[in-house]
Amino acid sequence: MHSFGYRANAVVTFAVTILAVTCAMVSLSDNFNSPSPTADVKVLNINWFQKQPNGNDEVSLTLNISADLSSLFTWNTKQVFVFVAAEYETPQNALNQGNNLRGKDYNMTLHWHIMPKTGKMFADKIVMTGYYLPQDYK
Amino acid sequence: MDWQGQKRAETLMQILLVVFAVAALGIGYTLASFQTMMLIYAGGVVLTALITVPNWPFFNRHHLKWLDPSEAEKHPKPQVNVPTTTKKKSSKNKQ
Repeated sequence: MHSFGYRANAVVTFAVTILAVTCAMVSLSDNFNSPSPTADVKVLNINWFQKQPNGNDEVSLTLNISADLSSLFTWNTKQVFVFVAAEYETPQNALNQGNNLRGKDYNMTLHWHIMPKTGKMFADKIVMTGYYLPQDYK
Repeated sequence: MDWQGQKRAETLMQILLVVFAVAALGIGYTLASFQTMMLIYAGGVVLTALITVPNWPFFNRHHLKWLDPSEAEKHPKPQVNVPTTTKKKSSKNKQ
């Protein structure tokens, strides 16, 4: 600590190290938060339901999505990435295979990714069951 | 800075930075504001740098004690034997 430059370097290096430790603690504090979001997805209209040339079925839905995601946000939340996925089972794949979907039942799953300002990202989902595709193509 | 001063500066720097980090974390968490935490810590780093980096007089209170000249004369510096000079001397003597 015998010169200006030496002490300046010591202050900056120690400050940055402590900052890294502080950020780790901030990220750990996110584990105390238990998120409890609610969501409701209504299918207002099935716009079309057709067989594509390559053999897969295609569906266009109009949805009304209402969700309360306020419990996901903490002081360390930068942004929350949310999306809805329609998921179903077929004999070949447990999840999502593209053809012969007339009359099929499917789930609407609301996924979210909580992106932090610093530290670990948490991702989870809610599964809502009981949706059905029409019996015929339209 | 003298030796004691350097020690003081280092200890002061460590304590100040840790205290500011803990305070920033605590206040930021309670107010649920990440920005507040970062601002408090940044302010703390600047303050710490202002206190511990420049050569303030308060770090020069314990002056180095150089040896008194009369005392130094009683303990002369040891002579180093250089081979080349003695060789030259002996050749001069022979002539």
